[in-house]
Amino acid sequence: MTMTDTPPPTTAGSRFKVIRATTLSRVFGLVALLVIIALVTVPKWADVSTVRKLVQLFVLLAVAQMWNLLAGFAGLASVGQQAFIGLGAYGMVILVNNQHYSLYWSILFSGVLAALVSIPMGLVAFRLRGSYFAIGTWVLAEVARLVMKNSKSVGGGSGSSLKVSGYKAATRAQSIYWIALVIGIGAIVLAYALLRSRLGLQLQAIRDNESGARGLGANVYRTRFLLWVVVAFWTALAGAAYYTQNLRVQPNESFSVANWTAPIIFMVVIGGIGSIEGPIIGAIAYWAFHEWFGNSPFYLIAVGVLAILVSLFVRRGLWGLIRKRFDVQLFPVRRRLES
Amino acid sequence: MSAILAVANGGAGAWVNAIVQGVLLGGLYALLATGLSLSFGVMRFVNLAHGDVAVLSAFMAFSTARTFHVNPLYALLLVIPGGFLVGLLVQRYVFDRLIGGDPSLQIVATFGLSIVIQNALWKKYTADTRGLKIGKVATRSIRLNNSVAIGWLPLITFLCGVGVLAGLALFLKRTRLGRAFRATSDDPAAAQLMGIDNRRIYGIATAIAMATVALAGVLIGSKSSFDPFLGPANLIFAFEAVVIGGLGSLWGTLAGGIALGVAQSVGLKLDAGWGELAGHIVFLAVLAFRPTGMFGKLDNR
Repeated sequence: MTMTDTPPPTTAGSRFKVIRATTLSRVFGLVALLVIIALVTVPKWADVSTVRKLVQLFVLLAVAQMWNLLAGFAGLASVGQQAFIGLGAYGMVILVNNQHYSLYWSILFSGVLAALVSIPMGLVAFRLRGSYFAIGTWVLAEVARLVMKNSKSVGGGSGSSLKVSGYKAATRAQSIYWIALVIGIGAIVLAYALLRSRLGLQLQAIRDNESGARGLGANVYRTRFLLWVVVAFWTALAGAAYYTQNLRVQPNESFSVANWTAPIIFMVVIGGIGSIEGPIIGAIAYWAFHEWFGNSPFYLIAVGVLAILVSLFVRRGLWGLIRKRFDVQLFPVRRRLES
Repeated sequence: MSAILAVANGGAGAWVNAIVQGVLLGGLYALLATGLSLSFGVMRFVNLAHGDVAVLSAFMAFSTARTFHVNPLYALLLVIPGGFLVGLLVQRYVFDRLIGGDPSLQIVATFGLSIVIQNALWKKYTADTRGLKIGKVATRSIRLNNSVAIGWLPLITFLCGVGVLAGLALFLKRTRLGRAFRATSDDPAAAQLMGIDNRRIYGIATAIAMATVALAGVLIGSKSSFDPFLGPANLIFAFEAVVIGGLGSLWGTLAGGIALGVAQSVGLKLDAGWGELAGHIVFLAVLAFRPTGMFGKLDNR
């Protein structure tokens, strides 16, 4: 395609205009705002177990949205997301138990630590592409697990419990709830802001046609790398928040591909990869059904089979089906032409 | 000085032994990696459930032995042809839909398969560790000197690995079908124009991959205990062997497997917790400093 093929930018008097937001997306924005306000008040009236469960939902929302940015927009289908969850968790062990930092600030610092570690990890993993990148990230996560497992200062194979004796249980539960809410909703806002930014435009261009995007001046490597580090940071925040609630950090559990990356991938794919709405639908569905079925092997088998079927036959997942039927967009990241 | 050092570490012979055992272990990794290397070479496709197929095969051997009261090695007569057949079917009805499409979906579908196999095995066999009792072959060894002994089973495993790789290399080099494999690998569209049925080639490639990994699975089960969740480790070791050796080279895969086996064995000797880690470090070093591997022909980008 040459430059002359592209239509000239909208000029005065043109019958067409480029729009992003629609009436529906504006209404949705308002509803979402009301839902968020309602969610903020939850710890004031709901019981402890509801608060705990919602924290899990916020963590799932965050990690799903982050993996979707990697796999759905940058073609980086990592199978090593558990590395960042585990690094977030171990950041907490190191900062809270060993360095005696404040519990809440440590969540942020754990994210920063994981982002720093993700840089050398990315330098190695980015030498691989596609499926090999996926297994490469898995190896890196294994390395992180083995290093923690062999480090006596963080408890070795049996892990550590976060020391929170200085914090009252009730206030701690509330604070973690609000932090997790910010991380969960923040992940969606971050994804939305990223995709509407210059970086997001480059990402979507790279996804649609890599050599074309390169030709038009997108720095493919730098764009992907930047996203990798951002995703590592935010995934580690979610991991740190989860283990701040859970307290017990063990290497085999926090770096587990089956506990973390399998649900992440299934949520995103079933909900709809490559959209902001898809991971939200997937995370809520996974979380709701998980309440009923618990950790039974049947649940993972069913979800796994569903994910295989979706990737074979319904490639854009549930949200893809909805969009095909109604042509709606709740998060306006696409531009459309209207007369 | 060196004598003191050698004594302090359990004697020079102990190190030689670690290296010998590592080489033998490398044969097993090469066997595990054969299918991965072939599928990637022929169709740029990676089945993330590759390692789980090996575990599935070990469990099949376990059940065969228990049902018919025979040596589990007889199960090879079942799992090798079974793996071949399953490979043909899975390629035709599942993987063919993914080849050439979005790589993320290939990863999702085969990763989903991996999780499904693990949980199905967990449901059927529980999470207990199992072993295959194959009799005296497992314990006998050839003693070379005071510190170096070669076990029959590791030796047989090593020879299986070398034999399968050599057979496959000959097949690719000498036969008409092998030539079709290489043509499809180089340029699928041109191969199709020359009258080669790519789907048939892909089917046979996956069939060979599954049959060889089924053999590897039974050998792994004979060597040590296993549980439903061992698949990912198998996949990772196979993958490391392929990358260390270099993509697109079968002999490279053998060399990569041996390098990985020696690294793990020597690492284990240094510290009980560092065996696996030493293997990963060699892999990462190769990726960082020589990304095409030892004998790589294909660019991994």
